[in-house]
Amino acid sequence: MKYLLRRIAAVIPVMAVVAVVVFLLIQLSPGDPAALIAGDTATTEDVDKIRRAMGLDKPLLQQFGIWAANVATGDLGTSLSTQMPVSQLIGQRMGPTLSIAGFTMLFSVLMAIPLGVLAAWHAGGWLDRLVMLLSVGAFSVPVFMIGYGLVYGFSIKLGWLPVQGYRPLDQGLVPYLRHLVLPCLSLGLVYMALLTRMTRATMLETLSEDYVRTARAKGLATGPVVWHALKNAANPIVTTIGVGVALLIGGVVVTETVFAIPGLGRLTIDAVLRHDYPVIQGVLLVASGIYVLINLLVDLSYRLFDPRIRS
Amino acid sequence: MTRRYSRLAATALLVLAAATGASTGAMAQAKTIRMVPHADLKTLDPMFNTAYITRNHGYMAFDTLFAQDSKGLPKPQMIDTWNKSEDGKSWNFTLRSGLKFSDGTPITAQDAVASIERWGKRDTMGQALFKAGAQFKVTDANTFALTLTEPFGLVLEALSKPSGMPLFVLPQRLAATDPNVPITEMVGSGPFTFKRDEWVPGNKVVYVKNPNYVPRNEPADGLAGGKKVMVDRVEWVYIPDGNTATAALTNGEVDMIELVSPDYLPVLENNSDIKLETTVASQGMAVVNALHPPFNDARARQALYHLVNQKEMLSAIGYPDKYRVDYCATMYICGSPLGTDAGAAPYAKPDLAKAKQLFQEAGYKGEKIVVLYPTDNQNAPAVMVLSQAMQKAGLNVDMQSMDWASVAARRLKKDLPAQGGWNVFLTWGGYFDASTPLTNPWLSAACGNSLPGWPCDQKLDELRTAWIREPDVAKRKALAADIQARAYESVPYVMWGEFKPAFAVRGLKKVELMKTGVPVMWNVEKS
Repeated sequence: MKYLLRRIAAVIPVMAVVAVVVFLLIQLSPGDPAALIAGDTATTEDVDKIRRAMGLDKPLLQQFGIWAANVATGDLGTSLSTQMPVSQLIGQRMGPTLSIAGFTMLFSVLMAIPLGVLAAWHAGGWLDRLVMLLSVGAFSVPVFMIGYGLVYGFSIKLGWLPVQGYRPLDQGLVPYLRHLVLPCLSLGLVYMALLTRMTRATMLETLSEDYVRTARAKGLATGPVVWHALKNAANPIVTTIGVGVALLIGGVVVTETVFAIPGLGRLTIDAVLRHDYPVIQGVLLVASGIYVLINLLVDLSYRLFDPRIRS
Repeated sequence: MTRRYSRLAATALLVLAAATGASTGAMAQAKTIRMVPHADLKTLDPMFNTAYITRNHGYMAFDTLFAQDSKGLPKPQMIDTWNKSEDGKSWNFTLRSGLKFSDGTPITAQDAVASIERWGKRDTMGQALFKAGAQFKVTDANTFALTLTEPFGLVLEALSKPSGMPLFVLPQRLAATDPNVPITEMVGSGPFTFKRDEWVPGNKVVYVKNPNYVPRNEPADGLAGGKKVMVDRVEWVYIPDGNTATAALTNGEVDMIELVSPDYLPVLENNSDIKLETTVASQGMAVVNALHPPFNDARARQALYHLVNQKEMLSAIGYPDKYRVDYCATMYICGSPLGTDAGAAPYAKPDLAKAKQLFQEAGYKGEKIVVLYPTDNQNAPAVMVLSQAMQKAGLNVDMQSMDWASVAARRLKKDLPAQGGWNVFLTWGGYFDASTPLTNPWLSAACGNSLPGWPCDQKLDELRTAWIREPDVAKRKALAADIQARAYESVPYVMWGEFKPAFAVRGLKKVELMKTGVPVMWNVEKS
């Protein structure tokens, strides 16, 4: 418990540094949100008026102070372009992104760990080579190409699945799942490849340990031997899964664009293109919070798998 | 045991099927049109900026006092009757009776006048009207009067202005908002009601039929006439990727793409379920910074005109033959009421030698010419074509790559090009904006303006003022020709061609009104 509280307390300065860095990076980048809001044929006078009305003419330090004070009270501000609260925008987008990330990781883990273990058990054989070939292939093809290929095959040609969009769960489980299959598959193949290779490498190392050789020499069945080895190989695999989930939260931009899914990735890109500072800051703050939280969970899971850390 | 689990599973599946069936069934009952818009709607206030997506939203949720028909003539819309004095300085307007906002409150003359006053602070035509001493006065609940201190020949044209910022009628309390702060509450006067609770910026905008809207009895024509809504619901589904949008239309997930990217035109042309239509033309505009050498000299700006090859620039963007005009001489859009070739003859064909000579006469000394190159904009290939032509003419071109957001900020800078300023950037304008001397931003910019490019030509200002004041249509057309002839001499901007944007529909009928370039959803039927 003490450990947990200490780790949670350590999150606060990390988030504070993230907030400052994010704010400075965005403010230093070229571009003017007022110019974009005003439109293509706006005069400098129009843009100046909008800039003043939105408080963008205030000194940088003052702008940061206002933003930080609001964040401290849980208010992430208001979008410059849509005039909607940033927390509402993030709330609208959280569901699709978490759904994609969750199902993608579920698919990747369920496929990758058995494949990695099989490849390691049959190291050097045709099954190992086949799994590695597929992994290299899935890892090398860009996500958008996989996405377009899946859309062409499963949506246009076969008509089984929708091309684009997202349906929240309250519109029915079947529409919800139907809209997630292709995005999760196209994104999941990459992570599956990554995890398969990681599992194979870690298992190969573990399977060559003395205690595994002893267990096999004593005549223990294959199943228990593999399970025993897998538990010992778990930590690097869990780390990769954890980093993978965190990367997914921020890295679904391409998938969300190809499948027109209104998630956090697209919200971020859109906000960056429009220089919508409050939205960028809000999303990055939330994303970094999730990242830190996942790292914390990964650290805690080490204690679950490895008794030496617990002691 | 197994049987019990099977029964449980079957029951669960039935419940699930019923649940999903219920939700999809309810959705299927409502007649919904799903359209992929050309951009994502960000600003709801139709009198806040000139973005076309905001204008299109305005036409869905709001109505106008007057509107232009397919011939470009102003017709009454919310107005029932009107009259004017012989000198054109006094006008009286009466609203149609029974008009209501989407919340059910009656629309009054006070709402109309408050809307006009807000519009007059934001829009170029509105500003011109008020510069002519316009004063609006509410006479009673349904009527209002206009008095002018100076002649203004374009009163109805201004009140029916179709683009830029059309004069949409808002409730008085909303129209009273500071014009520099966007309105976010949507109480509309138009045929559809904006569903704020279903709005997901970056993804979906939803409108439903406005039960309080009373359409005119005349048939719809252009943007005027009876706006009869034939569907229950319209959804704008924003799909930023052209390939995905095309696949969604092919698969029947959406009914329309408002603006088909040139790359996908051949794919959709080959699909018999999909109908492709072109709208009125849009115009490419090269904006030239008139503050700094060499383009502070009109001869250098003329030289740029001699380098423009309209066909090459448009084909670089990807528009096939039938979606572009190979050569257009007018700055007012070919085929428009004011279309003319006055002053265009010297530029009919690119002339590199003449361009070189003019640059020399303008005193060009090899300084860097900063061309803004927005890599995320559809004009990017045209920028490359023009830049190559400039290099061939001996200019020291510095093409600076950036995103459109950076161009939008950079173009406001008056600094020297070498110190963060610029010389040239490319943009485009729609039919309604390019087709008159007052709606075309760079033709309407008077000396002392703050429009990027900062053009100034006293003679052009005089001609424009005369055009604004002239009440006679034929005389006004002649003046428009004079304005264009003068603009080809002083070159406030360089027109680099016309293309005809295409929209694609599947299973929709009566889409002719959309040829205006505004995706109006009234009168459209879904089969």
